[in-house]
Parts: sequence; C-alpha cells; structure tokens
Amino acid sequence: MGSASSTLTQYDIEDVQEHCNNLFSQQEIVSLYQRFCQLDRTAKGFISADEFLSVPEFAMNPLSQRLLKMVDGLNFKDFVIFLSAFNPKASMPQKIELIFKVYDSDYNGKVTFNDIMEEVLIKVMKEAGYSKDSSLLLDDFVKILDHPGLKMDVEVPVD
Amino acid sequence: MSKLTSSSSELDLDRPNIEDYLPTDSIQEPHAKLRLRDLLDISPTLTEAAGAIVDDSFTRCFKSNPPEPWNWNVYLFPLWCLGVVVRYGILFPGRVLILTFGWIIFLSCYIPVHLLLKGHDKLRKRLERALVELICSFFVASWTGVVKYHGPRPCARPKQVFVANHTSMIDFIVLEQMTAFAVIMQKHPGWVGLLQSTILESVGCIWFNRSEAKDREIVARKLREHVEGADNNPLLIFPEGTCVNNHYTVMFKKGAFELGSTVCPIAIKYNKIFVDAFWNSRKQSFTTHLLQLMTSWAVVCDVWYLEPQNMKPGETPIEFAERVRGIISVRAGLKMVPWDGYLKYSRPSPKHRESKQQCFAESVLRRLEEK
Repeated sequence: MGSASSTLTQYDIEDVQEHCNNLFSQQEIVSLYQRFCQLDRTAKGFISADEFLSVPEFAMNPLSQRLLKMVDGLNFKDFVIFLSAFNPKASMPQKIELIFKVYDSDYNGKVTFNDIMEEVLIKVMKEAGYSKDSSLLLDDFVKILDHPGLKMDVEVPVD
Repeated sequence: MSKLTSSSSELDLDRPNIEDYLPTDSIQEPHAKLRLRDLLDISPTLTEAAGAIVDDSFTRCFKSNPPEPWNWNVYLFPLWCLGVVVRYGILFPGRVLILTFGWIIFLSCYIPVHLLLKGHDKLRKRLERALVELICSFFVASWTGVVKYHGPRPCARPKQVFVANHTSMIDFIVLEQMTAFAVIMQKHPGWVGLLQSTILESVGCIWFNRSEAKDREIVARKLREHVEGADNNPLLIFPEGTCVNNHYTVMFKKGAFELGSTVCPIAIKYNKIFVDAFWNSRKQSFTTHLLQLMTSWAVVCDVWYLEPQNMKPGETPIEFAERVRGIISVRAGLKMVPWDGYLKYSRPSPKHRESKQQCFAESVLRRLEEK
C-alpha cells in the first residue's frame, strides 16, 4: 500500500484533476488514491457497498443508504468527482446539486414528497407556497438552499 | 457573515440575511422558505458521511505504516544489502538454533514433569510455570527482544486481574517471560492452537470464540471462577479484543471490569525503529509475522506496570474501563478512539443507523417546531 502512488502515473493524476475542474491539488489526489486503495481491499478498481460499510463512521450515518446508491461501484475518477463537491473551493450550486441528487432517489430529476419525510414536508411545503402535488426541480433547490451559511466542506488529509 | 452584494440586481426576498431573519412577522414567505431550507439542508450529515469516506479514525487504528525506504542511493544500498545478508544469513539461522535449543530443553523438562508429577499438583504447577517463563524467554531471545520493564513486578494475589493494550500475540510472550500469567485468548487454528491446548493449559487459560454470541456468558462465568480461585495464576486480559497498531487504543470491553476485583493496568509500547511489531491479522498469518520478527534486527519495547485501580463508588464498569484505558493510553502515548474493536470483524448493526436516523428526524422536527 505504501507504493500506491507508483501505480498512479502523472498522466492519471492530471486526467483526474481535469475531470474535477482542478478542485483538488495533485497531492490531495494521491492521498485520495491511497484512501481508495485502502477501502478497495480486493483491488477490483472500485469500492463495493460492503467495503464502504466497513467504515463504522459511515455505516452509522443516517444518510448512508442513500449515499451508497450514489457511490457503490464508482471507479477512482468518479470517486474523486463525487468528493469534489465537498471541496472548500467547490461552488455553492455544485454542493446543492449533490444534496439534490441525494434526495432524488429515483433519478428522475425531480424530488417529490415520496423522496422526503412526509408529514413534516406537507406542512412546510404548503407554507412556502408549494402544493402537495408539486415537485421540486434543481432550480427550486438552488433558490431554497443557496445562502452563505451552507457549509459542506471536507478536508483531505495530506501526509 | 457576508452582506448581500449589490451586484445581484434582483431584490432578494428569497435569500434573507441572518440579520433580517430575527423579527420574522413582517415577511411570511421568506420565513417559510427558511423552514423549508432547514428541512432540506442535510449538509452537516452529508459532510460527516463524506468525511468518513475520506478518512476515518477506525481504519487508521489498523493501518501498518511501512517505514520510509532509506536505501535508495548508491552508498546506502550496498549497506542495506549487507544488512539483509547479516539478518537472513547470520542472525536468522542463529536465532532458529537458539529457539530449537530452547524447545528441546523445554520439552525434555516439561513432559516428564507433566506426566510424572501427576500426584504432586503444587510442585508440578510451580515447575510448569517456571518452564513456561523459560520458553517465553527463549522466544524473546529469538527476536533479540530488548524489553525494559518499569514498575513493580506483578504478584499472584487473589481478586486481581491484569489488563494491557494489544498489538500482537507477542505481547503475551513478552509479559509471560516475566510472570506466568493465565490468559484469555481467542482459539487459533494450526500450531498455535496446538500450543494453546497443551502447554498453555498448564498455566490456566480460558478460551473463547469471537463469533459465538452465547460464548460471552460462559466466558464471563469462567473469568469469575478463575479470579476467585486462590492458587490460580494471575489473569491477563487484553480488553481491546483485537490487535491494534500501537498508535491507538480502541474501546475496552467491560468484561474484565465487572468482576469486582482490582484491575492492574499494563502499558506496552513498541519502538518502531527496528521493527513494526503490529500483527495485522488480516494481512499475515502468525507464522509469517514471527518469521518477519526473526529476520529483523531487534524487537524493542517498554512495559510499564501501572498502579492497581479499583472501581470508584458510583462508577459503572464501562466508565471504569474507559478510565483505565485512559491511564494506559497516556503512559504508552497512544490516542484513544471511540470504536469497538470487534467492528473489524462485523458491520455495525442496522439498529445503530436506524436509531441515528430517528434522532436525525426528531432533531429536524424539533428545529422546525421551535420557529
């Protein structure tokens, strides 16, 4: 595992960096690759749901099932793209888009009542001017959530 | 908290400032949008989940950090090669000889003592104890073990148990060469299991099987019986339940702390300069681990026998366990993490996640009701 960076060439690092719009530094990508290899114990090139669940902090998170649907089977490039939304330099719309995707569990581009907790939602949506049968699109999410107080940043440890 | 910039031309009833938020009666719509925001804003929980994916304290406990390669230039490389020749060509055979010699002496004394002194239990036990200490010393010599013991030597008194942090099975050997402890161990397969069922029986050992849930009550009973027996060897327990990499300690199981006896903590710290003594049981068998130790320069470690602790009035066994873990971690310079070592072998039960989800839903509801 210590020689993980030797299996990742400079070309690979730059390729991944380009795909995440240069949000991660090259050192962070190497760190993430080491982490990826650590989680992907059988070296398949992707991390299975079971391997994600072997991290107790992740398994006990209330959102773990929803997130698993999004991260299960991702290869390293897509893994980095997923995590790039948590980079402090990522734009607010990018972070909000991730939140939207977590809610939109059937991937139809719309978040309906079925996707969120029902009783509370009915009450709150009505007050905010949305009817029970309306669905929220990404733009609605941006309107609702985009404010400076939204904090969704994760730091990558670089040894 | 940044103010709305004047560059945004649309007047923002949709994005009120926090300062505007306080007297809420005037503008109903943004207030309601705020409630919807609170409902939909899962960013703290999402951040925690992503943080766990990127780095988590549990996996760090079992990571063996390979040392930086230092032999990479033309002067040091031949030196390293010479070192390899010395280690594998001279030290290793020498050590194997010492170990074989030790085993011959041990077996030639142990077998007669065990068979012939069947009637004289006290004498037999004393001799067997001394012999086990002897073979452990031979083992330690076979890795050129340099062990520094600090603190008063343990003595055999009733109603006391010894607890220590766990890095490898050699912890047991290192401690056993000084005092013949009885120990509670996971039953292993292969030659280790054979040793466990024959020789270790004589010092009094308790076996358990991690994967059997019912085992726990049987083991608890056996522990209690052993501790109360007057002439049993002092009992050594590794409450972490698994091997950790000697930089962290995981949560102690409370079994050792609810026996109503004095707990004597022992802290063990290995010096990684010569060899990393962490036995990563997922990556290596014990045989491979031992061979790795025998082909290294030395195993250097410090053992501290710390002050015996009793449960304070009003303290629960779990609090007691955590307090002792703190004492050991401070002495050995280890960081404490709040995880159960058995999570190495099994997933956290869905009950944990469901209860967290319940709390999460309740906290959202509570926040909305407050507004």
